[in-house]
Amino acid sequence: MIAEAGLAALWLAAGLAALQFVLMVLSLRIQFDGARSMRSIAVVQGLLTLVAFAMLLIVFARSDMSVALVFENSSAVKPFIYKVAGAWGNHEGSMLMWVTILAVAGAFVALLAHRTSERTLVAALGAQAVLALGFYAFLLFASNPFARLWPAPPDGQGLNPLLQDPGLAFHPPTLYLGYVGLSVAFSLAVGALLTGEVDSRLARAMRPWVLGAWILLTLGITAGSYWAYYELGWGGYWFWDPVENASLMPWLAATALLHSINVLAARGALKAWTMMLAVIAFSMSMVGTFLVRSGILTSVHAFAIDPERGTFLLALLAIYVGAAFILFAVRGATLKEGAPFELVSRESGLVVNNLILSIVLGVVFVGTLYPLFVEAVSGEKLSVGAPYFNAVAGPLALILAALVGVGPLLAWRRERRPVFGQLTIPALLGTSALVITIILWPGMHILPRLGFTVAAYLVAASILPLVNRNPFRAPLATWGMVVAHFGIAIALLGMAANAAFTSERLAIAKPGDTLTVGPWLVLLNDVTPTAGKNWTAVEAELRATRGANVVTLKPQTRYFSDPPAETNESAIRTFWNGQLYTVVGKPDASGAWQLRLWWKPFVTLIWAGGALIALGGALALLGRLWRLFWRRRADAEWHRERYA
Amino acid sequence: MKPKNQRLVLVVAAIVALIAAALLAMWGLRSQASYFYTPADIAAGKAHEGEGMRLGGMVERGSIRHLPDGVTIRFMVTDGKAQTPVIFRGIPPDLFREGSGAVAEGRLQNGTFIADTILAKHDERYMPPQLGNLSAEHKAGKTLEK
Repeated sequence: MIAEAGLAALWLAAGLAALQFVLMVLSLRIQFDGARSMRSIAVVQGLLTLVAFAMLLIVFARSDMSVALVFENSSAVKPFIYKVAGAWGNHEGSMLMWVTILAVAGAFVALLAHRTSERTLVAALGAQAVLALGFYAFLLFASNPFARLWPAPPDGQGLNPLLQDPGLAFHPPTLYLGYVGLSVAFSLAVGALLTGEVDSRLARAMRPWVLGAWILLTLGITAGSYWAYYELGWGGYWFWDPVENASLMPWLAATALLHSINVLAARGALKAWTMMLAVIAFSMSMVGTFLVRSGILTSVHAFAIDPERGTFLLALLAIYVGAAFILFAVRGATLKEGAPFELVSRESGLVVNNLILSIVLGVVFVGTLYPLFVEAVSGEKLSVGAPYFNAVAGPLALILAALVGVGPLLAWRRERRPVFGQLTIPALLGTSALVITIILWPGMHILPRLGFTVAAYLVAASILPLVNRNPFRAPLATWGMVVAHFGIAIALLGMAANAAFTSERLAIAKPGDTLTVGPWLVLLNDVTPTAGKNWTAVEAELRATRGANVVTLKPQTRYFSDPPAETNESAIRTFWNGQLYTVVGKPDASGAWQLRLWWKPFVTLIWAGGALIALGGALALLGRLWRLFWRRRADAEWHRERYA
Repeated sequence: MKPKNQRLVLVVAAIVALIAAALLAMWGLRSQASYFYTPADIAAGKAHEGEGMRLGGMVERGSIRHLPDGVTIRFMVTDGKAQTPVIFRGIPPDLFREGSGAVAEGRLQNGTFIADTILAKHDERYMPPQLGNLSAEHKAGKTLEK
C-alpha cells in the first residue's frame, strides 16, 4: 500500500504542475489573476512530492522486497542507515529525490518571493511547473521507483559496498540540492525574460538562491573529492572523471553567475549577460544529470540498445535549454541597456572573471563530451583525461586566481585611484615564493611552482578589502567574499604542496619489516582477520614513527558477500603538516603483504580551502538575509507610521 | 562609454571568449587525447609503441601472476579475439579481478603494455565508456548465469 500511496502522490503532483502551468498562461495572456492560486498549488505540489519521497524511504527502511527497486538495491542485513540511504543510491530513487527538491524549491519560491513583481513571479512559477512536469513524466513513464515484483523475493541483491560509506550517503543529496537550487535561478530568469522585468530587484530575489545552491555545490564537490581520496585508495583527490566533471560544470557556471548577479543587483548592469548565465547554470545541472543518469557514460553502446531513459532525458534537456535560448534570443535584445561603466572598474573586473570562468567551463565541457561525441559519430574510441584538463584548465585557473586579488579593490563604475599600489606586499610575497622554490627545488614542475607563487600572493591580496577600514564595520557580504577568496589561496597551496612534495612507497613486507616514506619509519606489526556486520577483512597494524611521534594505523582489505566484492579501506592519520596515508593489498605466496604508503605534506589544505570557500558563501548569504529581514521590518514600520 | 557601445563590446568579448575556449579545447584535444585500443587492435598493429594510450578488455581468468618483487603484477587482457600482456606496479583498484573488465592507462613496450594506472570504477555499474561492447556482452553473460 505504501508504494501505491507514493505513486498516487506523484501523479497528483504532476496534475497540479500541469494546472499551475495552465494558470500561468491564463494570467499572462488574459486579465486573470492566478497568482494566489498558483502559490497554493506550488506549495501543495511540494508537499505531495515530499510524501512520495517519504514513502520511498519507508519501503527501503522496512526492506520491502516486493518493491523492485528495494530488491535490486538493498538487502536485509545491511546497517539501517545504508538501508535508508540506499533509497537514493540508485537511478529511480535519485531521480525522485531530484524532482522532490525541484518541487519543494518551487514551493519556497511561492512562499517567500516578495521582491519580484507579481507578473514575474507568476511567470517564474509557471516555468518551474514546466520543469517539474517533464521530470514527473520521466519518473512515471520511464523510471517508476514504486514498481512491484510478484512474487516478492526473500532477500535483495544488496548495495555496492563502495557506496556503504557515510560520506556517500549524504553526498548526492548535497549535490542535488545545489543542482536544483539553480532551477530557481533558471525559472526566475525565464520569468523575467517573459515579462521583460530584468532589473536589480530581480537580481536581489535571485541572489540568495544562487548563493545557496553554490554553497551546496562547493560543499558537495569538496566532500566528493575527499571521499574519492580516502575511499578509492589511490591517494588522488580529483580524477577528471566525467562524473566529477558533471558536478564541476554547474559549479563553474554558478560561480560566474554569482559574480555577475552582484553587478545586476548593485548597478543594474549586465542584464542580458546575467540572464544568460542563469540559463546556462541550470542547463549544466541538467547536462550533469543527463551524463550521470542516462547511462551514456556506462557505455554509448548500451545507451543505443536501451535508449528509453537516455533519450527521454536528452529530449527534456534539449526542449528546456532550447526553449530558454530561443526566449533569450527573442527577448534579450529588447532589454533596456544597463548602467554604463568604464574600462577600469569593478564591473569590468567581474566581466573578466566571467569570461575566464566561461572559457574554463567551455574547455571542461568539450573535454567531457568530446569522447562521447566522437564515438557516437565515428565509432572511434578515445579518452580525454587529466593531461588534457590540467594543460588547458590549469593555467587559466592560475590566471583567474591571480586576478581574484585585483577585482575586489576596484570601485564601481570607474576607478581613478592608483589601486595597484596596495598590491606591493602581496606581489613581494609571490615573488619570494617563486624565488625560494627555484633555489630550493630547481626540479619542481612548472604548475606547482606557479601555484605556490599565486597562492602566496593571494593569501595577502585576498584580505586587502578588509585592510584600511574598520573590519568589524564591514558588511558580512564583504567578509564572505574575503573568506572565500582566502579559501582559494589555501586550496591552491594544498594542491601545489601535494603535487610537489608527495612521497610514495610501494613495497611488500612481512610482519616485523620496516619501510620508510618521507620522514616516517613504518613498521608492519601484524596482519589479523576481523569482521563487521556484513563484511570480513584482513587488517594490518602499522606503527609509524617520526622523531618522538609514534602512531598506529590499521588499513584493511574488506570482503563483502552480497554482492561479492572487496574494497581497500585506507588508514589515514592527519598531522598539522600533512597526512600519512596507508593501504594494504594482498599477500603473496611467501606470506608477505603489499603495502602502499604516502606522505602528503599539507594535502588537507585542499579541502580546508574548499570548506573556507563554502563558509565565505554562507557568510555572504547570512549577511544578505539579515539585511533583507531588517529592511522588511523597517518597511513595515514605515507603512505603520504613514498609514496609522 | 555609451551604453550602446558598451553592449557591443560585451557581445564581442563573449564571442572572443567562446572562440578562445574552442581553440584551446581543440589544441588540448589534439595533443592530449589518448586513443583506446583493444587487444585485437594491438594485434592488428594499430597502436604505436611508446604513445600514451588506453587498453581495455577482460582480465583473463587464471592469468594474474605476481612478480618476485611482490608489488608488480602481470596479467593478460583479452577481448575474445586477441590477448595483450600487461604489467602493473601497484595495488590494483577495488573491483579489479579475473574475469571482469578493466581499462589500463600507459604505453606499449615491445608488445607488453606497461600500465601506469588501472582505472577504478566509481560504482559497480560504471564502466569506462570505451568498454561499451564488452560490458554489454558481459551483462548478457551475467543474465544467462542467472
